[in-house]
Amino acid sequence: MSNDREAILGRVRAALAPLPQRAALPDWERELVRMRQMQGASDLTATFCARLKGVNGTPLQSAAELADLLAKNQWTRGYCDPALLPLLGAALAGVQVETTFDRTRVDDYAFGITRASAAIAETGTVVLTDGDTSSRLAALAPWAHIVVLKRMDIFPDIPAALAALPADPNIIWVTGPSKTADVEGILIEGVHGPGVQAVLLVD
Amino acid sequence: MAKQLIDQAAATLPADKRVSVYQSTKATHEKRTKLLFDQFNDPDLLRQRAGEIKQHVIENLDTLLPAVEAKLKANGAQVHWASTGEAACEAVLRIMQAHGAKKMVKAKTMVSEEIELAHYLEKHGIEALETDLGEFIVQIDKDHPSHIVRPIIHKNRREIATSFEREGLGAYNDDPETITRRARQFLRHKYLEADVGLTGANFVSVESGRIVLVTNEGNSRFSLAAPKVHIALVGIEKLVPRDRDLGVLLNLLARSATAQQLTVYTEFISGPKGATQPDGPEEMHVIFVDNGRTEVLASDCREILRCIRCGACLNVCPVYRQASGHAYRSVYPGPVGAVLSPLLAGKKFPELADLPKASSLCGACNEVCPVNIPIPDLLLRLREKGKREGAPLASVGTPPMGAWALMASQPTAWKAALFGGKALNYLPTKLIPVPALRAWEEKRALPAWRGGEFRKWMKQRRKS
Ligand code: SF4
Repeated sequence: MSNDREAILGRVRAALAPLPQRAALPDWERELVRMRQMQGASDLTATFCARLKGVNGTPLQSAAELADLLAKNQWTRGYCDPALLPLLGAALAGVQVETTFDRTRVDDYAFGITRASAAIAETGTVVLTDGDTSSRLAALAPWAHIVVLKRMDIFPDIPAALAALPADPNIIWVTGPSKTADVEGILIEGVHGPGVQAVLLVD
Repeated sequence: MAKQLIDQAAATLPADKRVSVYQSTKATHEKRTKLLFDQFNDPDLLRQRAGEIKQHVIENLDTLLPAVEAKLKANGAQVHWASTGEAACEAVLRIMQAHGAKKMVKAKTMVSEEIELAHYLEKHGIEALETDLGEFIVQIDKDHPSHIVRPIIHKNRREIATSFEREGLGAYNDDPETITRRARQFLRHKYLEADVGLTGANFVSVESGRIVLVTNEGNSRFSLAAPKVHIALVGIEKLVPRDRDLGVLLNLLARSATAQQLTVYTEFISGPKGATQPDGPEEMHVIFVDNGRTEVLASDCREILRCIRCGACLNVCPVYRQASGHAYRSVYPGPVGAVLSPLLAGKKFPELADLPKASSLCGACNEVCPVNIPIPDLLLRLREKGKREGAPLASVGTPPMGAWALMASQPTAWKAALFGGKALNYLPTKLIPVPALRAWEEKRALPAWRGGEFRKWMKQRRKS
């Protein structure tokens, strides 16, 4: 193995040695990757919600809307990050909520509620991290994932989010519900991850 | 007449497969173009920058590889190196054995296809289950993927439903939604049983030692949520210098591959799970795989190492659309495969030396490539290499130009031919001795000779 390391690096050096000069690392302006539609957008929350809908995500403006969503779909049992209970307690009255995710009963949870670390307005993306997401499985395995996002944590675009990547071993950008087009190119949502990706915006 | 292997494959491709391949490549391509040009002011500059970033990477691998290794280790990952496919397979097996692990869930990785990892592990008594829906279907059918991004582009729902029925995944039902739900139900329990989750890497940032993975289905996220060990197989060319460069590449990758702004799951993984996180791997292993890449780096086709495996070039290639992926007889099909596969084949280059000829050189692949790889130029270089090395497959279907070359390289023969050519003007067509030439002459009126004699003119000019 360590032999392989030396062998590979040796071959790399030999391959590059004859080059008269090496290609320089280019610089590029943020404008280059900014979508036209975003140039001049000022209300980040509105943009985020519009973009989220564009990728079939579900923005929720209040705890009451969350309660409606659960009731309408008859999602009566799920997981909730314990830290969110004080905020959501009233909205969750009447549904069965667990605060630890039991992986031996992975099919028993209709929804999982966790916290977002941030979001990206341009693409309707939410950011999950180990630091803020109380359980990776709870944010992934249930049919519906509801993520609670503070409005002030919304970045305008991808470069801004990349510049502020937190020191976390596992940062996940989620852009809408899990999906596939493997079967005859037909779009199907809810493959391994959630079929419903909702975002509850709070102050 | 179909003389080349790829022509033969195209000629025998069933009509319904041809239709699925053609329609879905065309649809993806059209969506992609619209998205890219609607949304960016200068998509071509974007492609150019992306190409420059990746070119910088491959020309500086000697310093970037040790740098990223140090970063990864500092982040808590264990780093391994594998010169060959076999060494990479052994490295995976060793990690599995160290944990007494018997079950693996695999996200889609082209490197693992390249090194035939699943077969190897199976032989050693380990279940390595594909979790990407398309790859899963390929696996239960003992088939091969036929597209980089859409592995089952050649299959229709009826075939898939039949396979599911055969595998005991429910009674025949060819509704795509039902197919997807059944796979979901089956696979989610497999993640929870598995000891090891294996992924590839779309990018690795040298600056932060983060592995970047993109999937739409969420299977790699699941592979990094349930099992206790994470192994990432990474081609040595997958680096990006800085986190910010991902802003260029992620934007282009999703648009080029599936016409999305961003893939549903974009994951930045820098080590084992966080201390308070209840789920996720406790160990992370990164295996850097060469398997022929350093040879490509030493060749005059090194630009192909910029490739980010988006599949856009397949979707626009008129040859791929007619022949489909299996016709390329290798892991990477389409224009990128026609360059990469013969190069990665190493000593077996002659076996794939015909692939660089499977192109009309129309340039469509270069035009769509998000990292601006001059694929047609590379194809020409490889055609030349095939000829130079006398690979028999490199000449199949090529018009014999030997006589012409002989004549053109010998002044006496050339002058005689010129004289003969002129004489033909005065020879009554019927008397031309060669039948093919006669037939040709009968159908054409040669333009009247109007110029002077070039050689005479040249001599004159030298004197004065
Ligand atoms: S060669 Fe270019 S277009 Fe083709 S798969 Fe690679 S990056 Fe995409």
